[in-house]
Amino acid sequence: MIHWNSFADFIAMGGYGFYVWGSFGATALIMAIEPIVVARNRKNTIARLKRQLRAETRNTAE
Amino acid sequence: MKDRFNLYRFASPATFYPLAGALIPWFVAVSVVFGLAGLWLGMLVAPTDFQQGEGYRIIFIHVPASWMSMFIYLVMAGWAAIGLAFNTRLSGMMAQALAPTGALMAFLSLWTGALWGKPMWGAWWVWDARLTSELILLFLYIGYMALTAAIDDVKRADKAGGLLLLVGVVNIPIIYFSVKWWNTLHQGSSVNLTKSSMAETMLWGMLLMAMCFWMYAIAVALMRVRTIMLERERHTDWVKAELAGGEK
Repeated sequence: MIHWNSFADFIAMGGYGFYVWGSFGATALIMAIEPIVVARNRKNTIARLKRQLRAETRNTAE
Repeated sequence: MKDRFNLYRFASPATFYPLAGALIPWFVAVSVVFGLAGLWLGMLVAPTDFQQGEGYRIIFIHVPASWMSMFIYLVMAGWAAIGLAFNTRLSGMMAQALAPTGALMAFLSLWTGALWGKPMWGAWWVWDARLTSELILLFLYIGYMALTAAIDDVKRADKAGGLLLLVGVVNIPIIYFSVKWWNTLHQGSSVNLTKSSMAETMLWGMLLMAMCFWMYAIAVALMRVRTIMLERERHTDWVKAELAGGEK
């Protein structure tokens, strides 16, 4: 069922290891980083909007 | 009184926001399942290609990334058309949320293409119709993001960005049919609706990876659109309630 004879074979990719893993590595990196960046932006935006909202309610109360 | 189910209700940010939030974990889970199945089939089970050896395995991300780069653009152009025609609030937010993911997909398409081209053609890059039109797609994404970011007024930014998206949509059929219309170094399509030139396991591995990329793109775009909604609707009662409710 499994195509490879050994783990070393799998890593070597028949001599194309650099190209195959360079492609999969870049994709994995981007798909890991993008959600982290999006989540961080979300956290920062919410924190900023909360600050603004508090400032506004203070101003209207005065 | 019976509350009738109404799909148009979800076009309003106040109702779309919690719906999107509830859907995100599901899209993430489905994406992971498709991704594991696709990687298992493509990287562990699929046979060696008789022409390209093991190097062809780049196809399992190159094709999904390329498909998504075109598909996301079409979806953005669709939202732009709706936004320009009906002046809906949600459309501009959706286009805005999709753009960075589309740009990353176009970048990955070019990156994996370069890593595939080098061993097979002997060149990282050639000014061939397929590659050049995909590069133009990346520039369209970047142009859209730069243009909308440069205009302070959100409504005007959406309008200008929407126009750019609609004009740029001619590039999509050019990318898709470039391998038919011109003599390109890039190989023809391996899959179309009527036939496929690939082994079963290769084809299924690729389709599963495409589904993984698709679900990933939806999940990230929904995450992004929720933040955009809070930002743009910050003066509305529902956002104030959301923020006061300790939204993390």
